[in-house]
Amino acid sequence: MTGMSGGGERVLALLPELLLLLGAVGGLLLGLWTPQHRQWRVRLLVTAACLASVIAAAVALPEPAERVFEATWVVDTTTGVVRIVVALGVAVLVWLASPSLAGHPRETEAYVLMLLGGLGSIALAASGDLLLLVAGYLLASVPLYALAGFAKDSAGVEATMKYYLMGAFVGVLMLVGVAALVLATGTTGYLDLAALLPDASPALLAVGILGVLAGVAFKAGAVPVHFWVPDVTAGTTPPMAAYLTTIPKIGAVAAAFRLLAEPFADVPLDVPLLVAVIAAVSMTLGNLAAFNQTEVLRLLAYSTVSQVGYLFMAVAVAARTDLAVPALAIYLAGYAVTNIGAFAAVAATPAARTITDWATAVGRHRWIVVSLVVCLLGLVGTPPTAVFVGKLAVFTAAWDGALAWLVVVAAVNTVASLFYYLRWVAPAFAGVPAAPSMREWAGSGPRTAAGTAQRTRRGVPTGLLHGAAVMSLLLGLGAGWWLAFALST
Amino acid sequence: MLLTVVIFLPLLAAAVLLAAPRIPGRVAIGVWVAASAVDLALVGWMWLRFEPGQGASGVVDGLAYEAHLQWIPTVNAGYHVGVDGLSLPLLALTGVLFLACAVYSLREPDRPHTYAALFLFLQTACMGTFASLDLILFFVFFDLSIVGMYFVIAGWGHGNARRSALKFFLYTFIGSLALLVGFIGLFLGSEERTFDMVALAANPPLADSPVAGGLVLLAIFLGLAVKTPLFPFHTWLPDAHTDAPAAGSAILAGILLKLGTYGFVRIAMPILPEAWQRWAMVAVVVGVISVLWGAFVALAQTDVKRMIAYTSVNHMGYVLLGLGAAGLVASADEGARTVATVGAMYQMVSHGLLTGALFLLSGVLWSRGHSYAFDRWGGLARPAPVFAACFAVAAFGSLGLPGFSGFIAEFQVFTGALQAAPLATVVAVVGILVTAGLFLLALQRLFTGDPVVPSEADPDELAEGPGPERADGTTATAVRPRTATRMQDLRSREAAAVVPLLVLAVILGLVPRVLLDVLEPAAMAVVELVGR
Repeated sequence: MTGMSGGGERVLALLPELLLLLGAVGGLLLGLWTPQHRQWRVRLLVTAACLASVIAAAVALPEPAERVFEATWVVDTTTGVVRIVVALGVAVLVWLASPSLAGHPRETEAYVLMLLGGLGSIALAASGDLLLLVAGYLLASVPLYALAGFAKDSAGVEATMKYYLMGAFVGVLMLVGVAALVLATGTTGYLDLAALLPDASPALLAVGILGVLAGVAFKAGAVPVHFWVPDVTAGTTPPMAAYLTTIPKIGAVAAAFRLLAEPFADVPLDVPLLVAVIAAVSMTLGNLAAFNQTEVLRLLAYSTVSQVGYLFMAVAVAARTDLAVPALAIYLAGYAVTNIGAFAAVAATPAARTITDWATAVGRHRWIVVSLVVCLLGLVGTPPTAVFVGKLAVFTAAWDGALAWLVVVAAVNTVASLFYYLRWVAPAFAGVPAAPSMREWAGSGPRTAAGTAQRTRRGVPTGLLHGAAVMSLLLGLGAGWWLAFALST
Repeated sequence: MLLTVVIFLPLLAAAVLLAAPRIPGRVAIGVWVAASAVDLALVGWMWLRFEPGQGASGVVDGLAYEAHLQWIPTVNAGYHVGVDGLSLPLLALTGVLFLACAVYSLREPDRPHTYAALFLFLQTACMGTFASLDLILFFVFFDLSIVGMYFVIAGWGHGNARRSALKFFLYTFIGSLALLVGFIGLFLGSEERTFDMVALAANPPLADSPVAGGLVLLAIFLGLAVKTPLFPFHTWLPDAHTDAPAAGSAILAGILLKLGTYGFVRIAMPILPEAWQRWAMVAVVVGVISVLWGAFVALAQTDVKRMIAYTSVNHMGYVLLGLGAAGLVASADEGARTVATVGAMYQMVSHGLLTGALFLLSGVLWSRGHSYAFDRWGGLARPAPVFAACFAVAAFGSLGLPGFSGFIAEFQVFTGALQAAPLATVVAVVGILVTAGLFLLALQRLFTGDPVVPSEADPDELAEGPGPERADGTTATAVRPRTATRMQDLRSREAAAVVPLLVLAVILGLVPRVLLDVLEPAAMAVVELVGR
C-alpha cells in the first residue's frame, strides 16, 4: 500500500501514455462539438497529443529503468523506444489517413481509435504482468478491428471479419496460456514468473508459453498466425494498412522481447529456439508468398511478415546477448519509418492496385520513384538506410546469441526479398521514359477522371513518402546518435 | 578531409544534377565531366603528396589522409577511411576511368541528367569502397555500387537489359550478403569487437579456431568471388556486360570487378592470415580454372562484347593465382610472394585500363550498327583506321604483349607464383596463349577482308536488338553481309575517352616504376601480414 504522494509520482512515470489518453478523450469531446467540415481540428489535437507524448517519452528516456504500479508497467529502454516510435508513427499515420478521411462522417472516431490503438501497442510493450499483457492485447486489437473496416465496403468488411475472428481465437489461446502460467506459479508478474517458472511443471509451461507467444505473434503478424495480414492489408485502405502493419507490430515485438528477456529467460524449454524457428519460417514464408504478388498492397503485406521474421531474431536472443536491445531499438525505428514510407507510396496513388498501375500512375514523377526506391531498397536492407543498420545489428546479435544458422537463413532470405522488391522497382523506374505515352492517355477519354482524382490526393502521402525516404537515410547515417540517445539510461 | 572530399564530391555533383532538372542535358553531362575531372585532379594531388615509404608500409601502418568518425558505436563501426599503396592506384584508376566514361558519354541522348547522376553516384561508391578502412563502411559502398550499376544496366542497357540487370543484382547481392555474414563473423571473433580493418589486421581474429576461421574465410571468399568473378560464380558477368551501355560495361569491368579482388588483398589476406595460408591452394586452383575457363569460353564467342567479358574472367584469374601464391608461405620465400602480390595488384590496374578501353570501343560498334556479332562486321580497318588502331592496341595490351602494362603484371604473377605453385603456373601460361589467339582472331574478323557493316535499314532488327537470338547463347544467326562502307571512324569524344587509357597502359608498360614504387611497400606489408 503506497501513500498518495508516492502514487502521484508514479502516475507521472506514465506521462507519455496519459498524454495519449488525454488526446483521445479530448479529441472525442472536441469532435462532438465540431461541425463536420472542421473536423481537422481533431487531427491537430491528436497530433499535438502524440508529439507531447513523444517529448515526454524522450525526456523520460535517460532515467533509470523502473517498474511502476506494483511492477506491472515497466519503463525502460525498450518501452521508451516503443513510446517514441509508436507516438510518432500515429502522428504521421493520422496525416497519411487524412486525405481519405477528410469530410468522412466518422472522421473524429478514426483519429481517436488510431490513438487508442497506439496506446494499446505501448501497453503491450511496457507490460510487466501477464494480465496487463492481455489488456494491452485487447486495447491494441479492438480499435483496430473498427479501423480495418472503416471504409465499410465489402473487402473491408471481409477483412475485418477475418481479423476479428482470428483475433478472438488467438485471444482465447493467449488467455489459456496465461491461465496455464498462473496455474503453474500462482502469479502473473514477470519478475515472480522468472523466479518460479524454471521449477514449474513442463507441460503447463509449454502450454503457457505457446499460448502467450501465440498472442504476441498474432499482433506482430508472424507465422503461423499471419493469415490476417495479407487479407486485411489488401482489404482496407492504404493508410489503414500502413497503420495495421506498423503500430501493433512494434508493441508486439517489444512485448515478445520482454517475455523472452524476463519470464522465459531461464525456463527448461528452449524458447529461443522456438522463437528462432518462428523467425526463420516467418521470413521464408513471407518472402516466398510475396514472390508472385502483383498487387502492391499484398506484396507489402507479405513483406511485413518477413520483416517481423528479422525482428524476431532479436527477440530470440533477448536473454543471451547485450547486443539485442540496441538491435531492437534501431530495427523497430527503421522498420516503422520505412514501412510507413512504402505504404505512403501506395496511398499516393489510391486507384492503383497493381504494380503496373502504380508505375503508370506515377510515370512522370521522378522523385516519387526515387523515394520509393529508397524505401523498398531500405526494406531489403541496402546501406545506408536504417533497416540496413537494423539488420546488421540483428544479425550480429543473433550470431552472438549462438544462432549463426539463423543469420545464414536471414541472409539468404534477404536476397530472396530483393527479387520481389525489384519487381516493383523495375517497372516504376523504367516507367519514367514512358512519360509521353502517359500524357497521351491523360488527354483522352475515361482515364482522365481517375488521373485527375489521383493527382489531387497526392499532396500529403507524397510528402510523407519523401519524408520517410529521407528519414530512412538519416536514421541509417545517424544510427549512432539514435542509439546513443535511446540507450542513454 | 581531402580523401572525404574526393569520395563525396561526385555524390554532391549528382545531387546538384538531380535537384536541377531544368538545366539542359549537355550542361548536365558537362557537370559530370567537370566533377570527374576535379576528382581525378584531387586524386592526382594525393598521389603526388603520398609517401610510399621504404620497406613494408601500408594496411596497418603508413596510412595517409586518414579520417575516423564513429558511426554505430554499439558495434564499433565507423567512418574510417585512409589511403595506402594498395588503395591509391585503384583510386586513381577509378578517377581515370570515370572521367573517360564521362567524356565518352558527352552526347548521351537518353535522360542525361539521371545517367550522369547515376555514374557520379557510382563513382562515390567505388572511391568509398577503395578508401574504406572499416568493414561496414566497405560493405556500404560495396552494396551501393551494385545498386547504382543495376540502374545503369536496367535503365540504359539494350537487348534483355532488365533481365540481365536483375541477374546481376541478385547474383552480386548474394555475394555481398555472404560478405556481410563473414564480416559479422570477424567482428564476433575479434578480441576487441570491432569492424575496424586496421585494428583487425593488427590483431587478427579467430587465430586459434581454424574451423571458425575457415568458415568465415569461406563466406568472405564466396562474396568476393561472386564479385570478382571467379570460375563457378561468373555466369552473371557476360549477360550484364552485353546488355549494359558501353560506359556501364567499362565501369563494371574496369572498377567493379576490382572491388572483389581488392577485397582479397585488403580484407581476406591481412585479417585472416592463418586461414588464407591454409586455403591458399584453393585460391590458386580457382584462379587457374578461371584463367583457362575464361580464355577458352572467350575463344568460342561469336559476339565481341561477350568475348571481352570472358577475358575479364581470365584476367581476374591471374590476380587470384598471384594472391593465392602469396599465401603459400611454406613453399616460397618472401621475395617471390611479394612479386606475386605486386603482379596481382598491377594486373588490377592494367586490366581496368585495357578492358575499360575495349568495352568503350565495343560501344562504338554498337552505336554504329547495333550489333556486336563478329559475322556482321568485317574489314573495318579501311573505313575506320583510328578505331582499328585503338582496338588493336587495346587487344595487344590485353593479351599481355611486352611494352604494355598487362605484360608487367602477368610476368610478375608468373614469376612470383612459379616457385610456390609450379604446376598451376605452367597450366596458367596456356591461358596466355589462348588469349593471344582469341584476340588475334577477333582482330582478323573485325578488321581484315572486305568491309562488312550491319545494314541500318533494318528497323525491326534494330528495334528488337540482339536479345532474342542471345537467349540460347548464340548470336545473330541470320548473316546478311552488306558491302556497305558506311562505318564512321572514332568521333573526337570517343577518341578522347579511349586514347588516354591506352596511353596510360603503354606508360605503365614502359615505365613500371611509377606504379611499382607505390605498390611494392604495400605488397610487402600484405605478404608480411599473411606470413604471420
